[in-house]
Amino acid sequence: MRNTETMTNPHVPTKTAEHADHIGHAPAHHRSSLVSYFAVFITLMVLTIVTVWVSRIDLGAMNTAVAMAIAIVKATVVILWFMHVIHSPRLTWIIVIASFLWLAVMFVLFFADYSTRGWPLS
Amino acid sequence: MSDVTLHHGAEHAAEPHEHGHHHPFLQHHFEDLGQQHEASTLGMWFFVAQEILFFGGVFCAYFVYRAMYHDAWKLGSHHQDWKIGAVNTIVLIGSSLTMALAVWGAQAAKRKFTTLMLVLTLLLGGIFVGVKGYEYSVHIHHGLFPGAQTYTNLESTPELTRGVELFMTFYFTMTGLHALHMIIGAGLLLWFIKRTWRGDFGPEYYSPVEIMGLYWHFVDIVWIFLFPLLYLV
Repeated sequence: MRNTETMTNPHVPTKTAEHADHIGHAPAHHRSSLVSYFAVFITLMVLTIVTVWVSRIDLGAMNTAVAMAIAIVKATVVILWFMHVIHSPRLTWIIVIASFLWLAVMFVLFFADYSTRGWPLS
Repeated sequence: MSDVTLHHGAEHAAEPHEHGHHHPFLQHHFEDLGQQHEASTLGMWFFVAQEILFFGGVFCAYFVYRAMYHDAWKLGSHHQDWKIGAVNTIVLIGSSLTMALAVWGAQAAKRKFTTLMLVLTLLLGGIFVGVKGYEYSVHIHHGLFPGAQTYTNLESTPELTRGVELFMTFYFTMTGLHALHMIIGAGLLLWFIKRTWRGDFGPEYYSPVEIMGLYWHFVDIVWIFLFPLLYLV
C-alpha cells in the first residue's frame, strides 16, 4: 500500500498504516508497470499496420479470417493488460470467459441456422 | 453518492479517527475497500459482458448480409477511406493508452498526472468522433446513406446499388452505436476529470477510474473489429 501524501482532498482523512492493513481482506491491488502499458500500445500499433498490410494481399476468403484473427489477438491483449484481467481474481475470469462463450454460442447457432437454409440466400 | 456527502462533515475533519475503518467512499454494505473494489469491477464486467453480446448480435447480422451481398460489400468498403480509418484506429488505441495510464496514476494518487491523462483521453476521443463526423458528411455528400440511392443508381446495376445501400446501413448502425458509446464515455470522462482534480482517488480508492477504463477499453475493442470489417473488405 502506498501512502496518500500527494492527495489534496481535505475531506479524505489520511489513512494510517494500520488502516491500510485493514484493507487486506481482498487480494492486494496490483499496479502494472508503465513499461507493460507501452509494450501493449506498441503491440497494438504493429498489429494495426499488419491488419492493413495483409488486407492488400489477395488471400481470397482467407482475408476476413486473417483480419478477424489479428483483431482477436488485439482484443485479447487489451483485455488482459489494459483491462487488468491478467491480475484479476478468478471470478472476473469466469465472467470474461463466459461472455465470450455466450458470444460463441450465438455465432455458432446463428450460422448453423443460416448455412443450412440454402445460404447465401440470393 | 449520498453517503459521501454524509461523511464530508466538518466534525469528520476535526476527528479524523472517529470512524476509524470508514473511508469516505466506503459504502456501508461492504466490509472494506478491497471488497468494494472487487464488487465494483465484477459488476462492470457483467455490464461489459452484455455489451459484448449486444454488439455481437449486430456483428452476426453483418456477416450474414456480407455473405449474401459479397460484391456489394467490397464496393461499399471501397467507398471508405482506409487511411482515415487507420489514423482513427491509431488515435483510439492512443486514447486507450492514456486511459490505462490514468488508472496507473490514480493508483498512485498522482493527481495532476491522472487529470492530464484523462484530459488527453477526452481529447483523443474527441478527435476520433470529429473525424467520424467528417467521414459521415463526406458519405452524405456522395449520397452514400440509406434511402439516398433508392431512385439513383450509384453502381453499375440496381442490385449492386441496393447492396451498397445495405452496406452503408450497417456502416452507419455499427459506427453510430460505437460513436454513441464514445460520446457517453466523453461525458463520463468530464466527470472523472473533475473528481480526479479534487483529489478523490488514491491507492485505496480508485475503482471508479478503473471501471471508466474498462468501459473505454471495451469501446476500443469494438473499433478494433469494426475497422477491418468496414474499411478493409
